[in-house]
Amino acid sequence: MVNKMPMDASAVLSEIRKGFILESIKTGKRLDGRRLDDYREIKITENFVPKAAGSAMVEIGKTKVVAGIKVEEGDPFEDSPDSGVMALNIELLPMAFPTFESGPPSEQAIEYSRVVDRGIRESKMIDTSKLVIESGKRVWMIFVDIDVLNYDGNIIDAATLAAVTALKNTVVPASKIGQKDYALPVNATPVSVTMVKIGDELVCDPDLEEEQVSNGRITVTISEDHNIHAMQKGDIGEFSLDEIRKAIKTSSNIGNKLRETYLR
Amino acid sequence: MEGNIKLIRDDGLRLDGRANNEMRPIKIQTGVVDRADGSAFIEWGANKIIVAVYVREAYPKHAQNIDRAIVKARYNMSGYSVEERKRPGPDRRTMEISKVVSEALSSAIVLEKLPRAEVDVFIQVLEADAGTRIASLTASSVAVADAGVPMRDLVVGCTAGKADGKIVLDLSKDEDNFGQADIPMAILPRTGKVVLLQLDGDVTEEEFNQATSMMMEAMPRISEIQRNALMDKYSLEDGE
Repeated sequence: MVNKMPMDASAVLSEIRKGFILESIKTGKRLDGRRLDDYREIKITENFVPKAAGSAMVEIGKTKVVAGIKVEEGDPFEDSPDSGVMALNIELLPMAFPTFESGPPSEQAIEYSRVVDRGIRESKMIDTSKLVIESGKRVWMIFVDIDVLNYDGNIIDAATLAAVTALKNTVVPASKIGQKDYALPVNATPVSVTMVKIGDELVCDPDLEEEQVSNGRITVTISEDHNIHAMQKGDIGEFSLDEIRKAIKTSSNIGNKLRETYLR
Repeated sequence: MEGNIKLIRDDGLRLDGRANNEMRPIKIQTGVVDRADGSAFIEWGANKIIVAVYVREAYPKHAQNIDRAIVKARYNMSGYSVEERKRPGPDRRTMEISKVVSEALSSAIVLEKLPRAEVDVFIQVLEADAGTRIASLTASSVAVADAGVPMRDLVVGCTAGKADGKIVLDLSKDEDNFGQADIPMAILPRTGKVVLLQLDGDVTEEEFNQATSMMMEAMPRISEIQRNALMDKYSLEDGE
């Protein structure tokens, strides 16, 4: 029963089930047996798509995403002649959930993409100064495309994990221009931790049902320098400053563990 | 780019002469778009933003919520509002801003008092000079109140960030471009609850706490400007 996913947009949670989840969270337990800051089982398959310059499939519980990297030659931005370019996009594929539609990206997809992008960009994970072919003229452009194949909550963390893993195994195809291929220079390993507020509790790695009963989401992205590089409060809901401080602490602790376990 | 420009002068003040915890001047005026149900114009430093609110039955019908209103803010920049012409129409940045502004306003509006309604908040940035999302939200809540929409509180926002390694309030354009972090935040002042929060850059936990307390200290002053803007309009109407 717990495993059944809504089959269409109208299959929202019944009030009874909402109450059940809320009551359970109050006692510090979640319906699938997790504690409030437990993640679901995480599975990472590196180099899932060998045609890509780097790739990874990440599953967090039933949420499933694939990140693939393409590296292409291109023009630098006028205001930064000596740095390569990174662009990141998340596709919420229609196959992943009944209400996801093809066509131009939804607000949800754009928000998720930008939060994941900020964590990677601001942690200076990619050393863009080492992606210059000819100063002011040609640079390597890193395209990070993330496809959501199945949606059961917490896309932001799954996408960040997938993007970071994929970037870490990315090879810059410099042999195309008569040089030697080299591993994408990577300086940091950012990890995002997303929590939702259910009742008065912060709950890590929400599944879909938990997202549906929650009042507000918060993501904190921290890298191994312990500094905060991205934060985002999303969805309708309110957080006290104390709750936000707690979210930062949780992200720091849990993020460290995730990094140690999955991103070595 | 970063680090090439000095943002704090030798005398400890910022390039525009402000102290670390000093805001730019803010002016708000209501009733500036006659046709709309409510409106507001905000000048926040060199930012100039106009907001108009329309309240109507949500359309199409399947977009309605039978038990509450939906809030749709649309943040839009004029082509001439920034240094290099902005191509008109929504882009990824403006769509994200529209989303977080809509969500923040939703916490302030008593949505269940307006079943099936849609509160449209049209935000037009005429001149942009850092901090537009927060200035837009601050003006939007005044415009929504001006439209007579039932509200729990007036959302108020401000930004803090890091320039030359120091936490400063209300980032200027240079500090936004060349600084090390940008943290916009908005609250419901009566409870102090945070309804919008974003961060990008590089800050320690300690610096984050410093930034939020600096913002919390500034919020009541901005709230007062919001309230005065509403009172000014109604005192004028009384006199007529």
